[in-house]
This record gives sequence, C-alpha cells and structure tokens, in this order.
Amino acid sequence: MARFVGRRLLYLLPVLLAVTLLTFLIAALLPGDLAYTMLGDQATPEKIAALRATMGLDLPIWQRYLHWLGGVLQGDFGRSFRTGETVLSAVADRMPVSLELMVAAEVLGLVIGIPLAILCAVKQGSAIDRFLTGLAFAKLSLPSFMVAILLIYLFAVQLNWLPATGYVPFTEDPLGNLRSFLLPAMTLAFAEWPVLMRVLRSDMIATLQEDYIAMAKAKGLKPARILLVHALKPSSLTLVTVTGINIGRLIGGALIVETIFALPGLGRLLVAAIYSRDFIILQGVVLFVAVGFVIVNFIVDMLYAVLDPRIRHGRA
Amino acid sequence: MSAPLLSIEGVSVELPTPRGLLRAVDRVDLTLEAGRTLGVVGESGCGKTMLSRAILQLLPKRAKLDGRVMFGGRDLAGLSREALRRLRGPELAVVFQDPMTSLNPVLTIGTQIVETLQVHLGMSGIAATKRGAELLAAVGIPAPEQRLRQYPSQLSGGMRQRVAIAIALSCEPKLLIADEPTTALDVTVQAQILDLLAREQQRRHMAMILITHDLGVVAGRTDEVAVMYAGRVVERAPTPRLFAHMRMPYTEALLAAIPRLDSAPHTPLPAIGGRPPDPTRPLPGCSFAPRCRYVEDDCRAAKPPLADPERAGSLYACWHPR
Repeated sequence: MARFVGRRLLYLLPVLLAVTLLTFLIAALLPGDLAYTMLGDQATPEKIAALRATMGLDLPIWQRYLHWLGGVLQGDFGRSFRTGETVLSAVADRMPVSLELMVAAEVLGLVIGIPLAILCAVKQGSAIDRFLTGLAFAKLSLPSFMVAILLIYLFAVQLNWLPATGYVPFTEDPLGNLRSFLLPAMTLAFAEWPVLMRVLRSDMIATLQEDYIAMAKAKGLKPARILLVHALKPSSLTLVTVTGINIGRLIGGALIVETIFALPGLGRLLVAAIYSRDFIILQGVVLFVAVGFVIVNFIVDMLYAVLDPRIRHGRA
Repeated sequence: MSAPLLSIEGVSVELPTPRGLLRAVDRVDLTLEAGRTLGVVGESGCGKTMLSRAILQLLPKRAKLDGRVMFGGRDLAGLSREALRRLRGPELAVVFQDPMTSLNPVLTIGTQIVETLQVHLGMSGIAATKRGAELLAAVGIPAPEQRLRQYPSQLSGGMRQRVAIAIALSCEPKLLIADEPTTALDVTVQAQILDLLAREQQRRHMAMILITHDLGVVAGRTDEVAVMYAGRVVERAPTPRLFAHMRMPYTEALLAAIPRLDSAPHTPLPAIGGRPPDPTRPLPGCSFAPRCRYVEDDCRAAKPPLADPERAGSLYACWHPR
C-alpha cells in the first residue's frame, strides 16, 4: 500500500507542474495589458512602459512564468493591485466558506442519495423505483437558482425557520453559522442526490446479479449485511468518482448559490476578480482551485484502492 | 424407511423470456436420503442449475416455481424469507460453479468465512477466526492464518474453490449442493476438488447433490444418478446399475462422448449431433427424438413417461430402451 501511495504521489508532480503552467498562461494570455489596466485611460505610454518594466511584463513569457513559479514555491502568490491584499489572505478568507458549503452539500447529497439508490436497486422496476428515478430525472432538469428560490420561499419566507441570506462566521456563532449554511447546502445537495442516486442505483443493480451475491444469500446472511457489505462496497467506485468530481467542482465555490445566499466564498471572489481585471487574484484563485481538484482526485484514487483490493495489488 | 431428507415433487420452473415462456425444469421428482449422494447429469441448458436454484429457493425474481420442495419435512417454497435464511448455511449449503465469481472480490477470505460462522453459530470474532483457519486447513489450504487476511484475487482457482467449499461446510449442513464445482477449474485440480467433496461428504455423513455435465465425474462418487434432458429427468438409477445397464439412448450417447484414455490415438470422439430443443417450444413427443439414433415414429408422437417398467429400481423415459 505504501508503494502504491508513493507511486501515485510521484505521478502528481508533473500534473501539478502542468497546472501551474496552464494557470499562468490563462492569465498571461488574456486580452488586456495589466499595466494599462492599473494605470487607467489617462496614462501616458511612457508611464505604462515604465510600469511594465518594473513589473517584469516586458520579459519573455517563459521568464515571467519561472519568476512567478519561484514566488509560488516560496508561498508568494502576489497581491491584488486594486486592494493590495495578498492572494494568500484573500483565498484564506474565502476558502473556509466554500469548503464548508461543499462538505455540507456533499454530505447531504450522499445521505439522501445512497439510501434511495439502495432502495431502488433492491426494488428494481417497482412503483417506488420508477417514482424515484423519475423524480431524480425531473430534479436534474431543475436549475439550482430555481431550487434556491423555492427553498428560500418555503423555509425563510413562509416558515421563517432559516435566514434567507447572509453569512455568520463559525467562530462568532456556531449555530447561526450552521443555520446560514443549511439552505445553500440544501440547494446544492438537491442537485447532487439525483446524480449520486442514479449512478449508485445502476451499479448496485449490476452487482446484485453477481454470483457472489447469490452466494451471500446461500450462506444465510442477513439482508442488511448482503446489501451494505457485500453489494454496496463493490458498487461504490463510480459513486466515489462522481462525488470526487463534484467536490472538485465545488472547491472553486458554487457561484450562483454563493451569490443568491450572499456567502463570501471563492466563487464570488473569482467573479469579482474577473470583473475588475484583477489578474493576479484570478490567477491565484484558479491555481488553488486546480490544485484542490488534483488533490481530491488523488484521494479518489486512494479510495479506489481501499474499496477494491484488486487495484491495490495491481490486478485491476 | 424414514422420510427422505429432500423430496422434490413435481417441480417445474418457468422463466418469462422475450420469445415466450421458457420451461427450464419440467415436472421433476427426486428424493435424497440423509447422508446419500445424488448425481445430476446433463448438458448445458438442460435445467440442472435451475433445479438446484429451485431447491435453494434462489431462483431469479421473475421465475415461477411449481411443485413442492420438501426438505426435512418442510416445504421450502412456503417458508418465510427469514426462516429460509436460517436454513441456509446450517442445513442447506451450496458450492457454485465458478469460484472466480462466487467469492466477493472486495472482502477478505476471513471476512467471508467468519460472517457465516457468526450469523449462524453465534461465535465471537476471535472464535470464528480460529474456526475459519481450521476449516481452511481441513480443505487442504496451506498457511490458513495468512489466507484469512488475503483477498480472492490473490488465490488460484483451485484454492478459491476450496475456500468456497470451506464456507459451505462451515455450519455443518445436512445437504450440500455442488453445482458443477469443477467445471471452471484446471483438469489437474478437478480430481482433487471432487475427492475433497467426497471425503467431507462421508466424514460428515452429509447428503450431497453433485451437478455436472460429465458422467465420468459421478461414476465413482455418487449413490444414485439422475440424467436430465430438456428440463426433465430422463433416466434415474443407482449409480452402479446405471453404468452397468443404461436404458436411455441419451445416457448412452453422453457416456460415449467422454474421451477415453485407453482408446487408440486419433479415434474420433462421438459427439451428439444437433442441439437440445428450444425450451420455449416444447415438442409433443420425446425431447431427444430429433437427435436420437434409434428414433422411431412413435417417439415423435407421444412423450414417454419416467417409469420403472421392469421394477428393477431403474427409471427411464424411453419408448425403445436399449
């Protein structure tokens, strides 16, 4: 197992290098000159040229990349030319909000999706299965801003149980923090569970046809053990993959949901950076998100090995 | 004579298919005394696996079962799911055909033995692990303690089948159904597995149904043989009598199709020409008639019943026995 993890970590290095290169290129190749953006319309060409020289913008692109990469490796991601805030502190401010939202949404999605998937797989073709797969399909075609508005209307306006918008830091008011996250997390989970349910349901149906399930029944095991130990574990590889992809996606923040519920997450930071042409922040956030995505996928690979010993022993 | 351990009475299994209703098992009667062995022989698709699934009550959901499966005085078809669950393991056990697929690939060998012992015998984890190692040793697996921590993919096919047998035997069943237990294995280990089954069957005084397509397999290892064709039992006799005096042309053709070590090199192997009849389109006469070399007109007109006209303990379904 240690060798397996080591080998996978080694694969990670070139991937991470490629990620930094692409991130840098995205920001560097965007139209619009940084010096021009900073100085505004009134700037003279001489002033712009001088700023370009001090910022190193006149250097060849590969030198700029190496310079930036050198800074990144030392923990210097640059700072916003608009607010003067460092990328690191801007991301550190927003990251916990996005992470908490992501974790809450995934947990809710899995808590709803897994039991329903098992139920559908066991009762395949029954009325309840058809109802739930139909509901999941309907749910998939409902956009998240619609769900958000419906949830706000129900839980905030009509029932008045939860705040409609706003963010309370966990350190100030833990309960208020959870309450402020519940509706946005539910909105995201509503988009998650149908996907999770559908992939697990179809894998589970395939697994239930396997000989080893017939064998488990012939051994006189209890139905719950057959489903949760013998069938769920080998059926969960796609589920783990999809969950991993969704987590990776949500690391960058859920822009629409963060906007509707006024949560100061990474998604809003990113969009603000784009609007204000704050390339340094943009580049920094994209790098963080991309690295987060790579790490989540690494963890997914590790989970494969935990779930399926054949991958661990190199006989996939 | 006491009531038999297992008595199958008029069992039929029907499966809905896109082509119509498929009668996989057609009014089969069989009995098996405690501690005795029965061989069920037939080619692929003759219904022998469906018959075993009917006994185990593990038929596909859509399958329809008729008739009675009496086991220890109870009709298995009438039992609740929970009652059946308690029966499977301590009374009724099975070894499936392919040990590559019958063991769960993501659970250790240990887990798969121990869970059975825990659920039926109420053993603690430690006691069950110890017993699991003993069981593995008893079926001829070296270094059993290490094997318990391994996964099926780390074992050879023969070893996996030994594990499956150890699991099946773990709760001392009264009846073991071995469904083609050696078909998926190398020829070199087939005899070992069959000998292991025979040895454990005798040692435990356990009844066993040995399902196979190979008449050679049942020859020295069973008390009685039932030959199946197109869902029906077409010949049934005590094993020595069957081999000494086969009546049904199908049985004869099956035996002739076994390659023999003592035949001269390049001797052509007599195969049975043609294919079994379409099970969704039953024939009015004898199902074997289209492939039978002794066929006569009356064979196609009416189905011969399984009977013992000579009262010699040998049943066969043929109008023109050999």
